Amino acid sequence: MTAETDESNQSLWFVIAAPIAWAAHFVASYATAAVWCERFAGRDGSLRPARLAIAAYTAVALAGIGLVAARAWRRRQHGGGVEAFDADTQLGRHRFVGAAALLLAALSAVATLFSALAAALIEDCR
Amino acid sequence: MNDDEPADLQPLAEAPSEEVQRGQRERLLAAWKMPVGWRGWSAVNNTAVGKWYMTAAFGFFLFGGVLALLMRIQLAIPDNHFLSAERYNQVFTMHGTVMMFLFAIPMFEAFSIFVLPQMLGARDLPFPRLSAFGFWSYLLGGTFFCGSLLFNVAPRGGWFMYPPLTTRYQPDLGADFWLLGLSFIEVAAIAAAVELIVGVLKCRPPGMRLNLIPLYAWYLLVAAAMILFAFPPVIAGSLLLEVERAFHWPFFDPARGGDPLLWQHLFWLFGHPEVYVIFLPSVAIVAMIVPTFARRAVVGYSWIVLAAVGTGFLSFGLWVHHMFTTGLPGISLGLFSAASEAVAIPTGIQLFCFIATLAAGRVTRSVPMLFAYGGLASFVVGGLTGVMVALAPFDFQAHDTFFIVGHLHYVLIGGSIFPVVGGIYYFYPMFDGKRLSESIGRAAFWLAFTGFHLTFLPMHLTGLRGLPRRVYTYPAGHGFDGPNLVSTIGAFVLAAGVLVFVYYVFRPKKNEPTCPRNPWNAGSLEWLQEMPDQPWGVRSIPEIDRRYPLWDQPDFVRDVDEGRFFLPDAEEGKRETLVTSVIDARPVQCLRVPGPTFVTFWAAVFTGGSFVASTFHWWAAALASAVLALGTILYWLWTGTAIIPEKDEKPVGLGVTLPIYVSGPASVGWWAMFITMLGDLTAFVCLVFAYFYYWTIHPDFARAAAQGPGTFWPLLGGGALLASWALTLAARRLNRGDRASAFYAALSTAVVLAVMGAYALIAGPLRTGLDPTRHVYPAIVWMLVVWTVIHVGLGVVMQLYCLARRAAGRMTARHDIDIANVALYWHFTALTVFVTVAVIAGFPGVA
Repeated sequence: MTAETDESNQSLWFVIAAPIAWAAHFVASYATAAVWCERFAGRDGSLRPARLAIAAYTAVALAGIGLVAARAWRRRQHGGGVEAFDADTQLGRHRFVGAAALLLAALSAVATLFSALAAALIEDCR
Repeated sequence: MNDDEPADLQPLAEAPSEEVQRGQRERLLAAWKMPVGWRGWSAVNNTAVGKWYMTAAFGFFLFGGVLALLMRIQLAIPDNHFLSAERYNQVFTMHGTVMMFLFAIPMFEAFSIFVLPQMLGARDLPFPRLSAFGFWSYLLGGTFFCGSLLFNVAPRGGWFMYPPLTTRYQPDLGADFWLLGLSFIEVAAIAAAVELIVGVLKCRPPGMRLNLIPLYAWYLLVAAAMILFAFPPVIAGSLLLEVERAFHWPFFDPARGGDPLLWQHLFWLFGHPEVYVIFLPSVAIVAMIVPTFARRAVVGYSWIVLAAVGTGFLSFGLWVHHMFTTGLPGISLGLFSAASEAVAIPTGIQLFCFIATLAAGRVTRSVPMLFAYGGLASFVVGGLTGVMVALAPFDFQAHDTFFIVGHLHYVLIGGSIFPVVGGIYYFYPMFDGKRLSESIGRAAFWLAFTGFHLTFLPMHLTGLRGLPRRVYTYPAGHGFDGPNLVSTIGAFVLAAGVLVFVYYVFRPKKNEPTCPRNPWNAGSLEWLQEMPDQPWGVRSIPEIDRRYPLWDQPDFVRDVDEGRFFLPDAEEGKRETLVTSVIDARPVQCLRVPGPTFVTFWAAVFTGGSFVASTFHWWAAALASAVLALGTILYWLWTGTAIIPEKDEKPVGLGVTLPIYVSGPASVGWWAMFITMLGDLTAFVCLVFAYFYYWTIHPDFARAAAQGPGTFWPLLGGGALLASWALTLAARRLNRGDRASAFYAALSTAVVLAVMGAYALIAGPLRTGLDPTRHVYPAIVWMLVVWTVIHVGLGVVMQLYCLARRAAGRMTARHDIDIANVALYWHFTALTVFVTVAVIAGFPGVA
């Protein structure tokens, strides 16, 4: 059984999980709105179904980012949260990766909310 | 603490005897010796290739600068006739294109090829020959492209090449130069990106964990990954546009169902991230300069990593802000406006980190810092006008005016050129062991800085007064005259600054003293370099414990120089460097890297030849050149890669013994294949995106889709190709089990199935009579099929290659790099086949 901080239990993907959630949310929102307006509603139609879908995407994305953030926070606080981020130890590296992932989760959450705001404010396909 | 981990290795307590050290140095020197005389051009050492690459990029920069001056002369006074409208169009198109494709991106890649191994304490990058191939491709492609201006056939559709301007209205060769010349260079850029990603992830010195990596390497990793996802869209787009121009497939022709807006999507999906691909490595240089002159560690390391990674992601959500005036629905504008505002957050964070570092340190005055200050201050102005134009209503007013020209030059010159020039000043001692003059540097800076603001600040005003971009002249008396004259004067002052800088960089410095080692008293690893430098890079590969080892690790330089760390010797006379693990940089392999060769040069010549011939539509010559290129590359791979070593493992020092030959995910070649194929997959996704884009805009898509290609042939082809994939995987396993005859049988059958499958895929649209020139639907179906078949074709070559390698004894059960990488390639090909069949045969049924 290796320690949680051991490199065999780590992956760089963890660091970029939250931004990937933002990207998925962004692409899904854009595609949904564009296809809805172009193919179904027409240029004067209502955006309502697309907005509901974007609201749902936002909930899912924020939940995912929240999960990542919670895990990142636990990593950041691992071992009592005292080891320096630049320490030459597994624990220091582990805490650093947690901190970086946490910051990225915060940024991703803000960016996701920014996108959601566009859908909250715009009501039709014009 | 339950986190038990192996203790760090310490350098040898006692230095090896003087005699032993002398022997080690001699052997290292022999292994890493640069070829001399005319053979010097066969060098592949990162220092040589990096210097050539930088010099070439700088040459293209000066060329682009001269074009800018021509434009400024033309615009100095109203109704001027210095350049004709046609010439002016060529000049602004070339200026933008040269600066973006031939200067900004190659410059950072060149710089990184030079400096990254030093920063990582590596002897070289993992694929030195790939760097050389990239350089030669770039030089040939760039020269060919720029030559078009001399023959008055230069592209003149703007650096973004919008159809229908570049299809119906400019049917001459100009756009072909752009599409084919640049695609060739983009391939070179992707090659360099692969090299740099693998370098950062796998070639760090032992102990350089993720939290100890120099910030430059973080930025570089992000920028190179961005290239991987940003360049394929423009390559896919160029493919569509060139096929439309050469063969009349109507991808962007509305009369036959195409849509010019699709080009804008694909172009800007590349074009906007590109800005950040240029910006991030330049900030990375600042991130190396600032701590050195603040005399302290950078403040907020993890915040800067956040900024680099965050910017990398968000920059892919901005592309539509170049299309705000194309009439897209408000919601689309809103989404992209939101992301364009969000990207200001990480961009701002890193600037605050630098300010905090400077505030917390004891700053010494120096020319590199001057350029860093000037660059960041100018960039902030460009960033703020960027926030303005990210707001759609403001953009509606400013779009296509000189306001945008002012904005983008503040971003690119402030965010990129000033830091790069500061970086050249800072790193110059590493290039030839001399320092550049401080007083001349200050003069160059103030000239360039004053000239820059004098040129571009008035453009905001002329833009707001309504002067459109890309128009060769303007009438008098509309308030454009004064500011334009000021801009022109400023441009010449800026040019004077550049000239001063160029003269002092390139003038002979034989009589000047060699500068001391680590002349700036920096803390980062690259300043370990001896003055003048040695071809081996580092004398021994150190164990890293700190972010600034030169400041914080006692006796560090002595221990490296006396060979007290890893690989202090080249016993077998081979070029060797260490490969380490991704997270904690534990040594995992002693990698042998190849030496000088001309094969990369010829590979670039033949590859380039096929692009050049295609430009002039000499199809037979293009094909012949492509075959020669394939042959050269196969020879290169056959003789230079996956070489079976004379022994399995070797001691690398400090009691560590490492394997020399590893395959699969542990090997750098597997990573390179994986990363390359991610880029390739991105281009394919863009083609699939095009298919669905056409579905979105065509209410009668289902009727068009009823014509073909049907389901029978695509399913048959898909089945055969997936079987070929499965057999390739089986062959990998059989090879590993050393069952030679079963291996040959499986892989030969795979070849046959692949050929048959490719034929069946083509038969689908062929037998249902889909004519790609009639309408966009058959065109996009054909394009997906052709793309897939080309990949299958390459896959067949690889399968045959593996058969030959095993037969020649160059691949064995234990030494199976070739088949492992080919199997990986086939994973991606299988995915491509699956998606293609699902789309062309499956989607019409549900549409």
